[in-house]
Amino acid sequence: MSMSSKGRPTSPVAANSNEHETVSGNKGLMQAENLIFEIGTPRRTGVDFEPAKDVRSRLGGMERTSEIGLPGLTEPQTLRHYVRLSQKNYAIDLGVYPLGSCTMKHNPRLNEKVARMPGFGDVHPLQPQSTVQGALELIDELAHWICTLTGMPAVAMTPKAGAHGEWCGMAAIRAKLDADGQTHKRRVLVPESAHGTNPATAAQCGFSIDEIPASGDGRVNLAALKEKLGDDVAGIMLTNPNTCGLFERDIIEIAELIHSVGGYFYCDGANFNALVGRVRPGDLGIDAMHLNLHKTFSTPHGGGGPGAGPTVLSDALKDHAPLPFVIKDGEKYRLVEHSNGEGADSFGRMCAFHGQMGMFTRALTYMMSHGSDGLRQATEDAVLNANYIQSSLSDVMTPAFGGVCMHEALFDDRFLENTGVTTLDFAKAMIDEGYHPMTMYFPLVVHGAMLVEPTESESKQELDRFISAMRGLAVRAKNKETAFFQTAPVHAPMRRLDETQAARKPVLRWTEAVAASE
Amino acid sequence: MRYLPLNENDRAEMLAKVGVDSIDDLFVDVPKAAVLDDLIDLPRYQSEAAVERYMNRLQAKNMSAGAAPFFCGAGAYKHHIPSSVDHLIQRSEFLTAYTPYQPEISQGTLQTLFEFQTQVAMLTGMEVANASMYDGSTACAEAVVMATRVARGKKMKAVLASGLHPHYAAATQTVAQYLGIELAHNAAVPGNDANAIDQIDEQTACIVVQSPNLFGEIVDLEPYAEAAHAAGALLIAVFNEPVAFGAIKSPGEQGADIVVGEGQGIGVGLNFGGPHVGLFACRQKLIRQMPGRICGETVDAKGERGFVLTLSTREQHIRREKATSNICTNSGLCCLAFTIHMTLLGEAGLRQMAAINHANACTLADKLSAIEGVELVNETFFNEFTLRLSKDADQVVEALAAKGILGGVPVSRLTGDQKDLLLVTATEVVTDEDIEAYVASLTDLMS
Repeated sequence: MSMSSKGRPTSPVAANSNEHETVSGNKGLMQAENLIFEIGTPRRTGVDFEPAKDVRSRLGGMERTSEIGLPGLTEPQTLRHYVRLSQKNYAIDLGVYPLGSCTMKHNPRLNEKVARMPGFGDVHPLQPQSTVQGALELIDELAHWICTLTGMPAVAMTPKAGAHGEWCGMAAIRAKLDADGQTHKRRVLVPESAHGTNPATAAQCGFSIDEIPASGDGRVNLAALKEKLGDDVAGIMLTNPNTCGLFERDIIEIAELIHSVGGYFYCDGANFNALVGRVRPGDLGIDAMHLNLHKTFSTPHGGGGPGAGPTVLSDALKDHAPLPFVIKDGEKYRLVEHSNGEGADSFGRMCAFHGQMGMFTRALTYMMSHGSDGLRQATEDAVLNANYIQSSLSDVMTPAFGGVCMHEALFDDRFLENTGVTTLDFAKAMIDEGYHPMTMYFPLVVHGAMLVEPTESESKQELDRFISAMRGLAVRAKNKETAFFQTAPVHAPMRRLDETQAARKPVLRWTEAVAASE
Repeated sequence: MRYLPLNENDRAEMLAKVGVDSIDDLFVDVPKAAVLDDLIDLPRYQSEAAVERYMNRLQAKNMSAGAAPFFCGAGAYKHHIPSSVDHLIQRSEFLTAYTPYQPEISQGTLQTLFEFQTQVAMLTGMEVANASMYDGSTACAEAVVMATRVARGKKMKAVLASGLHPHYAAATQTVAQYLGIELAHNAAVPGNDANAIDQIDEQTACIVVQSPNLFGEIVDLEPYAEAAHAAGALLIAVFNEPVAFGAIKSPGEQGADIVVGEGQGIGVGLNFGGPHVGLFACRQKLIRQMPGRICGETVDAKGERGFVLTLSTREQHIRREKATSNICTNSGLCCLAFTIHMTLLGEAGLRQMAAINHANACTLADKLSAIEGVELVNETFFNEFTLRLSKDADQVVEALAAKGILGGVPVSRLTGDQKDLLLVTATEVVTDEDIEAYVASLTDLMS
């Protein structure tokens, strides 16, 4: 999930610099830290090696002769550098991280321990299959949990992230249509509230995109959808619960409508964490859906990945699943890796090797720790926490839609009208209060959107503190304390950054020339 | 349940605040037919100790690389990763942060991405790099699509030279098939692929050449660059093993326009094939067609240097169906591991590590090829080479595994044919004892 830069300022106003300045540039625990290129040298190293054996070179005259320029640091210097940098990051382990649609839930440390067990972390993907039966069994077991939780007959395990899973699902639809000679079906319906990956994915599978408007209650406009139906419709891509945090009430009818014109239903599973254990997508008539193991099943986001996007497929699509896949023969597991025989109908291979094993181990550990009862409770707590926030703020902020929400609460910026404070300002003020801002300016269907997803990992005490801070900010905004908001954050490691300059004059790497000019 | 902070009192108070009687009232929008009343038929919650015990039993069924003399490569390489790398990437502030969309409280991730991009650009000899792709194979596919964008869709052919890793070729084919990109792909066979140059024509957007290639052969990229550029096409250089560039010329020095490959060899474990980290670098003039996230330098409101994600108008959240790629989440934490390991190595360490890899591979190649029925195919190599065996390589590898040796990757595992070819790798983790054990066992098996 991303933060849109549409509809918000991307350059800060200059800050006055009459605050208390230190001599060193450090601010107590917050240490100033240069780039490794400014503190290391190519001859310094933090790794000791034995001397290399003296051999006749087989490099065929292709030896590197030029200097690479890579700086090195000893181990203590390296620790300092990256620990100092780490302290400039916000993190789930530090506080509430309510990024809507991103599902920043607790990352259990048992999962990290399991992923590093040598039999999982230190096995090669192309070892003889007889030496990796435990790894294949784990993939098969995770697939069983995923199929059971979603109520779907099959799952493709190799997609490496959510968008990769979307591609997998849409490619399976494309392959099925092609196999059936339905080559005229090339139009995909996408609601305007969809995450940007949906239209991008459909386009990369060779489909054209047709947007469906939202209705006044934040859901798909069913009448508009019916008008868009036609023989050339390949399918629909619909997020459920949608990006407004609302369950699509008409989803079963939508599935039937799409199927009635011979199309397929892709459900974006980014928000499956609102449904686990209470609703099986397979009962809603979907044909394909990716799961973000890094959202719903708590593999760490790691500052932007890695993720994993296993994609469940209906009976109609499952024969077109990507290579490779695991098959259980009696007590043995084996991989189908080639596009002949059992893999003949596959649309192809999506990546090298067998998917994100390191994420599979973590996700299965998470699932087994929770069990079917704990997973259902997690879902219920996530939905309850979001509704508690919505109810507790509805008198001072403006929920975008009425009624209860699912796992995330969506506010618009009506409560900021005539205050001179924007959604961006409000978000930056949250940083000073010790919170990571919510997702903002997304979904695009709501003006100045603020999408708050607390997840089940927050205690009531944390939520009450968060709510108290949000209420305080809303009061200050209503009091038109615009300077307080426009200068925020002032307590973060940095003041607002100039994104316009970054894009206009891109400096994407360190160079000596750039360094010298500064 | 140890991960869920709410208790029954909390839940009751919160439901009252929301104004509903029960949790079911929050699921009112779900069609009645789809509401599950009962628990799904899966095991109930378990203690940490119980789950750990189960996982321990499962992992013990696998033969881990560190427990055996180990010689596998073919796109994933076992190197020694300094302990401090894994310690640092498990710091909460890195591990449990999201994509750095709020730069004021994400400078830790952003500065390391800027360092990562610079290191990748230096290593590949390119001007700029992005903040990573999923892996080398998907980076390769994205590079081919990018080349057709650079050609404004007027050239829709890509030539894949024969030494390209078959998984990379397959991943590229999978993406290309729905975008109308025609691939001229020569099946993987040992030896340089001069034929690929003849396949470049005026419809060609790019030629894709891997070096060291699947068989370990080091390919001189310059003739490919010249031929591509003469036809107005781009040279996409591919690699599987980043450590190689500690010993051999970078693709940038040989005229490549885009360089993509697998970064796993620096900082990232084998992980049974994932997560790994795709590296993606190119010439400055091509950056607006580059896929993926990019971090850039800027200043804050006080004029201090800082970093932000930039050039987002290429990306799906702004451009939607016109985006350069649909990629969103990438390999963030693996980038961090790469960067920390590379910082510990520095140029001196990387070169020394590469020298040891090469020396160990030379030693191993000489000893193995002296065995009756074993022939070294390569003229050149870095840390991986190809053997031609007088027996089925797959059966030989299985027999070696039975003796506790992970002896390499049969080419047939990747291509389905060429059953006599075996890919063998020796990195710095290989000891003299490992080499002696391999030589003794293979001698036995071949006799």
